[in-house]
Amino acid sequence: MAERVLMKGNEAIAEAAIRSGCRHYFGYPITPQTEVAAYMAKRMPKIDGVFLQAESEIASINMVYGAAAAGMRVMTSSSSPGISLMGEGLSYIAGSDVPAFVVNVQRGGPGLGGIQPSQSDYFQATRGGGHGDYHMIVLAPASVQEMASLTVKGFNLADKYSMIAMILADGTIGQMMEPISFEDVEIEHYDKPWALTGTQCQRRHNIVNSLYLQPDVLEKKNFERYEKYRAVEENEALHESYMMDDAEVCVVAFGIASRVAKNAVVAARAEGIKAGLIRPITLWPFPKKALSEAADQVKSFLSVELSMGQMVEDIQLATGCRRPVSLCNRVGGMIPSPDQVLASIRKAAKGEN
Amino acid sequence: MDIKRVTLFAGHYGSGKTNIAVNFALYLQKLGKRTAIADLDIVNPYFRTKDSARELAQAGVELISPQFANSNVDLPALPAEAYRLVEDKTLYAVMDIGGDDRGAYALGRYAPFLREENDFQMAFVANPYRPLTRTPEEALEVMREIEAAGGLPFTAIVNNANLAHETTAEHVLAAAGYMAELSRLSGLPLWMTTAEEHVAKALQGRVENLLPMTLQAKYFDLPEQKGPPRARPLFG
Repeated sequence: MAERVLMKGNEAIAEAAIRSGCRHYFGYPITPQTEVAAYMAKRMPKIDGVFLQAESEIASINMVYGAAAAGMRVMTSSSSPGISLMGEGLSYIAGSDVPAFVVNVQRGGPGLGGIQPSQSDYFQATRGGGHGDYHMIVLAPASVQEMASLTVKGFNLADKYSMIAMILADGTIGQMMEPISFEDVEIEHYDKPWALTGTQCQRRHNIVNSLYLQPDVLEKKNFERYEKYRAVEENEALHESYMMDDAEVCVVAFGIASRVAKNAVVAARAEGIKAGLIRPITLWPFPKKALSEAADQVKSFLSVELSMGQMVEDIQLATGCRRPVSLCNRVGGMIPSPDQVLASIRKAAKGEN
Repeated sequence: MDIKRVTLFAGHYGSGKTNIAVNFALYLQKLGKRTAIADLDIVNPYFRTKDSARELAQAGVELISPQFANSNVDLPALPAEAYRLVEDKTLYAVMDIGGDDRGAYALGRYAPFLREENDFQMAFVANPYRPLTRTPEEALEVMREIEAAGGLPFTAIVNNANLAHETTAEHVLAAAGYMAELSRLSGLPLWMTTAEEHVAKALQGRVENLLPMTLQAKYFDLPEQKGPPRARPLFG
């Protein structure tokens, strides 16, 4: 068996990033993701990497932009309010088509909110977060092992499509500990001919920029970018199906909510209710095909979230509103109990909302 | 087992200090000693001593916890009542210290009193399966950082080798060499070995000074992570 270590979710992200070839971390501490920065602070100096605590999240995301423009594998991490501060920088990175890896370990909001876990940055992450027409690849881990494996994947996808990949985790996945291993770290290499690496007087200089003086040129850039997004939607959607073969009620949940939901599905099955779970692993692109196929089979959907139903609309869109979608949620740092989810599954099975 | 009036558990964060502190306090109470436990963790936002409030209350162990533990207030304040642990010398006290040197800064408040009374055990909780303390040398480095920040020297080592629900007796036994080396490097004795109760059962008679621990089930434990610990593939 591969070597097992006991890690916190936040540490697993940091270690996986290092193993993915990331040697540049810029960030600013915020609960509940501070262990990412703490781990980087300890490890980076020992491996010739850069750990820099910036003066703010705005500074960190622009440092990420700079290192990304130079072709480096670079990351930052924060939690909800900090990600809001990064909005402008994220949009600039997207508008410049450079790859970057960003982690959001969500806490309760809106505003300063609280430090307990949440999934209420779903809209912000899946719709871009900053201004302008753009998307980020959004990955939603549901275990400490996935915090590591989706970090590896995130760096690869960011380089593959030259865009931002974001881990959208929650405080609990960030803080909890599980044994994991790092057996499958495979770094994919993609050429970065656009990178600002110095011309050595051998080529024309590169320009990384998100400003366009001519509107028709900017329009063309946007159209091209959406061609790329179409390819991402076609090729990169990921999900896990659990007990879906004969399911009549399809529970949809990601991250920490999916763990509670999984227990509730087991409990529902014990009562003879044919429940199953579809767990989106990518939130953008959303696993539309899997949901649409499920709609051919199940009677209803139940979205289990730590937000006010932000994922419900995506389920409705993916299924063309062919089946009712109900919501089981807790917010503000609270988490639905397996019993609460089970009660909602019972209702959904009876066709109640 | 050598028991002092005040027992402090410190170490690398995530090494298992809180679980050990709670179970050790319950053990002391069971021995008939009037026991209080204080959560002095100023680092960790989640998974705190307060999560075991019911078990501690049922056993008659007094819990002293920061006013804002488990709330949304990200304020690393120490509970004022924790002073009683150093002042009331009829009490047996267990102190759960936050991880690493940053957590140990909280100790500075009590260190002079503890040194003066000189009836304390300052235990370094070691888990070789944690990535930043994979070697005894790395553990020693953490140990020295904590001592410098907290102003109190360690007096003993606790072997808490574990991989959560995947832990077997073999994992614990395999850590013996690591603990011996840490003991040699630091000059401190191995005071006790801690293990989840199912694992502890398999360790009976194979290690000295064994403290079996009851660990709380968590709402996010997966179906395959419930029941006696065993090596199973994880979710996803």
